[in-house]
Amino acid sequence: MAGDATARFKVGDQVRIRVGVPPTHFRTPEYIQGKQGMIDTLWGAFPNPESLAYGGDGLPAQPLYQVAFAQTDLWRDYKGPATDTLLIDIYENWLENI
Amino acid sequence: MAENGHGHGDNAEYYSLRAAAMQALLIEKGVCTLDDIMTMADKIDSRSPEDGAKILAHAWADPEYKKRLLANAEAAFLELGYDLPETSPKITVVENTDEVHNMAVCTLCSCFPRAIIGRPPAWYKELAYRSKVVADPRGVLQEFGTELDEGVQVRVIDSSADYRYLILPKRPAGTEGMSEEQLAKLITQESMIGVGLALAPESIPTS
Repeated sequence: MAGDATARFKVGDQVRIRVGVPPTHFRTPEYIQGKQGMIDTLWGAFPNPESLAYGGDGLPAQPLYQVAFAQTDLWRDYKGPATDTLLIDIYENWLENI
Repeated sequence: MAENGHGHGDNAEYYSLRAAAMQALLIEKGVCTLDDIMTMADKIDSRSPEDGAKILAHAWADPEYKKRLLANAEAAFLELGYDLPETSPKITVVENTDEVHNMAVCTLCSCFPRAIIGRPPAWYKELAYRSKVVADPRGVLQEFGTELDEGVQVRVIDSSADYRYLILPKRPAGTEGMSEEQLAKLITQESMIGVGLALAPESIPTS
């Protein structure tokens, strides 16, 4: 998992998930796109699935983060306390500064 | 999203034909051999929820092991003789506590810590679970008959990339003095996904 040093974001940073439906295999579900969350964990760098899926080498590897969201920020009519959260793993090319 | 534009629902015949066609193509194009596919399927089938229960019961019984398991699950699995195949995604263990209840899902497909607990149950792969648990996890808990204490935070973990999540359920009250073997019987597949809790000690016969 080389490449941590090049990660653009650090734990605690606020980020927004990019919006997009590229004509490729991508692993950023649409329900999380456009939402604002916080970096919870930096997992390290992993081959980019958008390249791997088409026989590519997945390079340059993408830093992978676990991003935390408040459920009440994701769903307008969330049925539960405001402390409930959702964690999801997102590659750096899908993250935007706020 | 994986489901877009397919609409075949639970059509088992369609999926088994599709799997056979893909397997034939992968072999024909030299991506892998039939032997590779059989070996991998055998490896997955050699693991079951009982393996996970054994590991997690050891974590209940040995606080030092639990620390190592939560810090570096794969190294801790190895201590008990569980190696992951080279092609396995990373696996990490998250702990359910008095404060936080974690639930695992893969909204995009069916990512699961297969290398430790085998194949996921059928409902885990269905759109109904995958779409509901992210938006209404407490409704899902209710459907599974799972009741949390007041004030417990619910945290859904969507395994959308290179990590798979195995949940260490909260150790139930009244289990002091039980052997690891007995403890393991309390750890169900549902409790390792987070839709359920570990069983109460009364629910298994004492021997």
